Order: sequence, then C-alpha cells, then structure tokens
Amino acid sequence: MLKKLLVANRGEIAVRIIRAARDLGIATVAVHSAADTDALHVQLADEAVNIGPPAAKKSYLNMAAILAAAETTGADAIHPGYGFLAENAEFADAVAAAGLVFVGPSGDAIRLMGDKVSARSAAHAAGVPVVPGSSGRVAGIEEARHILIDTGFPVMIKAAAGGGGRGIRIANNLAEFEQAFPQAEAEALSAFGDGGLYMEKVIGRARHIEVQVLGDRTDAIHLFERECSLQRRRQKVWEEAPSAALSEGLRDRLCSSAVALARAVSYSGAGTVEYLYDDAADQFYFIEMNTRIQVEHPVTEMITGVDLVAEGLRIAGGEALRLKQRDIVPRGHAIEVRINAEDPARDFAPFPGKVGDLRLPGGPGVRFDSMLFQGYQVPPFYDSLLAKLVVHAETREAAITRLTRALTELSIEGMKTTKPLFLALAADETVRAGAVHTRWLEGWLSENADRLNDAQG
Amino acid sequence: MAQILSPLPGTFYRTPAPDKPPYKADGDAVAVGDVIGLIEVMKSYIEVTSDVAGTNIRFSVDNEEPVMAGTPLADLD
Repeated sequence: MLKKLLVANRGEIAVRIIRAARDLGIATVAVHSAADTDALHVQLADEAVNIGPPAAKKSYLNMAAILAAAETTGADAIHPGYGFLAENAEFADAVAAAGLVFVGPSGDAIRLMGDKVSARSAAHAAGVPVVPGSSGRVAGIEEARHILIDTGFPVMIKAAAGGGGRGIRIANNLAEFEQAFPQAEAEALSAFGDGGLYMEKVIGRARHIEVQVLGDRTDAIHLFERECSLQRRRQKVWEEAPSAALSEGLRDRLCSSAVALARAVSYSGAGTVEYLYDDAADQFYFIEMNTRIQVEHPVTEMITGVDLVAEGLRIAGGEALRLKQRDIVPRGHAIEVRINAEDPARDFAPFPGKVGDLRLPGGPGVRFDSMLFQGYQVPPFYDSLLAKLVVHAETREAAITRLTRALTELSIEGMKTTKPLFLALAADETVRAGAVHTRWLEGWLSENADRLNDAQG
Repeated sequence: MAQILSPLPGTFYRTPAPDKPPYKADGDAVAVGDVIGLIEVMKSYIEVTSDVAGTNIRFSVDNEEPVMAGTPLADLD
C-alpha cells in the first residue's frame, strides 16, 4: 500500500483524490500555484508545497518542481488527476525514474494510446471496431480510391501533419473526392511541408459512449458505459450511466471490446475507452482511450458502488484487482452535470468571481464534488469547473426529477454558473426522451438562448 | 496621458500567438478600438481593445503576466 501520495493537480479532482487517499489511510501532499494558496485541496491535505507562479506551465505543468516537492516531502507516489500532466508519458517515465509510483498506466501505455495512429492500430488488433478509413498515410490517389470502398461518403481527408481542425476536407461524392484529394495533397505540402494524408468515414449523427475500465496489468474489467452526448464545443456538460440507447447485446459487445483493448495494452489503473455510436446504423466505433481518471467518473461510481479513485490507488500500491467482472452489478441511473463558472446568458463567458452565500444540495441520491467554500475567490488562470452535481435514482426519469430538485437547492451567490442551462435541459422533452446526439446541444443553444437567463448561479 | 486597464482578471499576452509579433510594439500609436493584447481567462482568450487614442504606448505588464481586473496594462501619451 502507498504511504504518502502527492496530488499533482488542483480543483475538485485534487479534493476527490485526497479524500480517497484519506479513506485508505494514505498521507497526502497538495501542490499549488501562488494563485491557489487558499484553495480547498491545500487546506485538506496533510502537507502543501508551493510549486510556482499562477501560470499552469510554471506550476501545475512544471515537472521538475513537482518531482522536487515529492522528494522534499518524502512522497512515494504521484497522482496526476486529469488534465495537466495526466496523459504526459514523459512525466510518467520521470516519476518512475525518480523511484516513485505513478498512479496510472505506464509511460509506454500512455504513449501508445496518445498517438492517434498507434491507438487505432492497437484497437483494431484487439478486435475493437474503428472508424472505417486508412490505417495510416495514404500512398496516393490509387490507394485512396480503394479505401473509399470501406468509408463510403461523406469522407474526410486529413493532413497527417495537420491538427486542431486544420487541413481537413470533406468530400460528399466521387467527383468531389477526385477534385479534393490532389488539392488537399498540395495544400498539406505547402502548409505543413508534408503532403501526407489520412482518410476517415464521416460519422453523421452519433452518440458519445465510453466504457470505464480498471486494469492491473495482467487483468482488466469494465464498469459499464457512460453516455456523454450533450456537449458544447466538444466539451461534455452532462454525463449519465447507463446509456439508454444501447440494447443488452450491444452493451455486452461494447464493454467486452473495451476490456480486450485494456488487456492488449497491459493497462494499469482506471481508464476510459471512448466510442461513437451511430444509432441509425447500430454501429459503434473506437475514438480514443483516455489513460486517466475522467471528470465524469462519479456516474459510474453511483451505479456500481465502486470507488474508482480508491481502486486506482490500491492497484498503484501493488494490489491485484480486487473485483471480478461478476462483482460489477449496475443499479439504477446516474446523471452528472458540470457546474462551471460561466454565464450561459452571455455565451458562456468565463466568470471568475468570489463565492458568497453558498447553499449545497443534499438528501438521498445526491453527491456534490467540488472545491467551493464561502469566501473562495475563483482564480482566472485555470478551467471553469466549479463542481459536479451527481444524482442517482432507480430510473432515468426519476434521476432527471432528482436533478431538478438538487439544482433548485443549489445556490452560489456572487457567481454566474451553468446551473440555468441544466434546469432548462432537465425540462426539455428531447433530453427527457434521450433523443440526442453529439451536435444536438449546439443547435438547442442557438434556439433557446433566452431560456438561460438567471439572476444568480 | 491615458491608461489602458485590464477589463478582466487573467493572464496578459502581447501577441496573438506565441510565434506572432506583438499587437503593438513599444512606442506605437494607438487608435480607439485597436487590439493591444489578449487576456486569457479560464482557458478563453479575450481581446483587449483600447477605448482611448494616443501615441508612444508603453506597457506596464510583461507578456504572460497575471493581471487583475483594473490592472493598468499600458500608458499612452
């Protein structure tokens, strides 16, 4: 078992990890920037170390400062949380090289899953369906025409050296493709000095469904799926478990494929395999694997009763998986919404305010993961997540009713938050019917902007 | 003499991107509505526009420095 854990993160996830460590009797070290001296994770940990100025790259992304803090405090393990250094293979290697335990998979597993091409190959090799397309760079238009047999139209042509949406073209038919392919090649060459192209089928309306896995290098299990189709600018805002869209047969195949992938890469700790699910075609496709604990892990904890962060700490401490697949029995339905410091009435403008009177929801089936306290000044330097409100009930319908009840109890004076968005979504017929896809929320937002005004967070 | 204040708390940037030249070089003239920098607040980037005109801009905050709402960013003649 680990003795002293350094938490290389901030905000609600640092608080969450410190709680799990304490439950297991592990001492905790918080690290913080100069802007987070008063933060809750600093107050809760047994020790705290200032690792640098407010800018994340000078503090929470500063590997040398974090490793030095671990050495000074005598920590024997580092938990990266999510974001920051969580999926940085170099950091995982550096932690191991310093003789410490990295709570998560090996640097090699992070590297393998972090590269789009190698992750796709690993998924394919493990029998996980991938989005039809080229298996790597396309050699030329002759090969490209061959790949079209798998992809069909519309097809996406992407520059291998591109990124962040740059160098992407979409062809809707063969004529467009014949024109677009050489253009994309020339454009990639001039823009990136590399004419290499990939091809991928365009998945139209799809749901985002992901499978939670736990591994101990030799074995892996799944803890069923989460659906996170409600997204704004590719950021999840509402997550739930289970997905109401899956049949039992499909759920089995989806979850088994995630376990196969986790086993194939000797996965260690908590991880998530993400998929797109095309309802109309009844097909699912691998997108990527996130090699860390995720923001939305509590919905899985609510339906399975498993503490994923604690299990991750036990595995990092050298224990074998305590749970067998048959031990994982889902019960009821859970929903999480992300309470962000953003003003939905002003196009979700960031709102780094000071927390006044604070009223938190409670009662049966309600969980509130947060770093808030009255008088807390939310710093402007980091992301806007303030809290995750998670509810659990026997059915999805009852969970939505409970969500509305809990949101009504929540009041964060002095702040603008995304609470009005979730009250409106919980009352929406389409959301209640679960008839959504990953681009649904953007359209709904442009039509319902007037419903998002609310005086107080 | 006029001053340009930060409209928001966050991190101040003088350039539109790390590999780009600054919006305004020291000593440049500024017209009303000119962008003089960016404030990064909670991972969003917001342009800082000047609501005053002047000459000979002098920045009082370095690139990538943290600022509060109301922090003076630059002086103008």
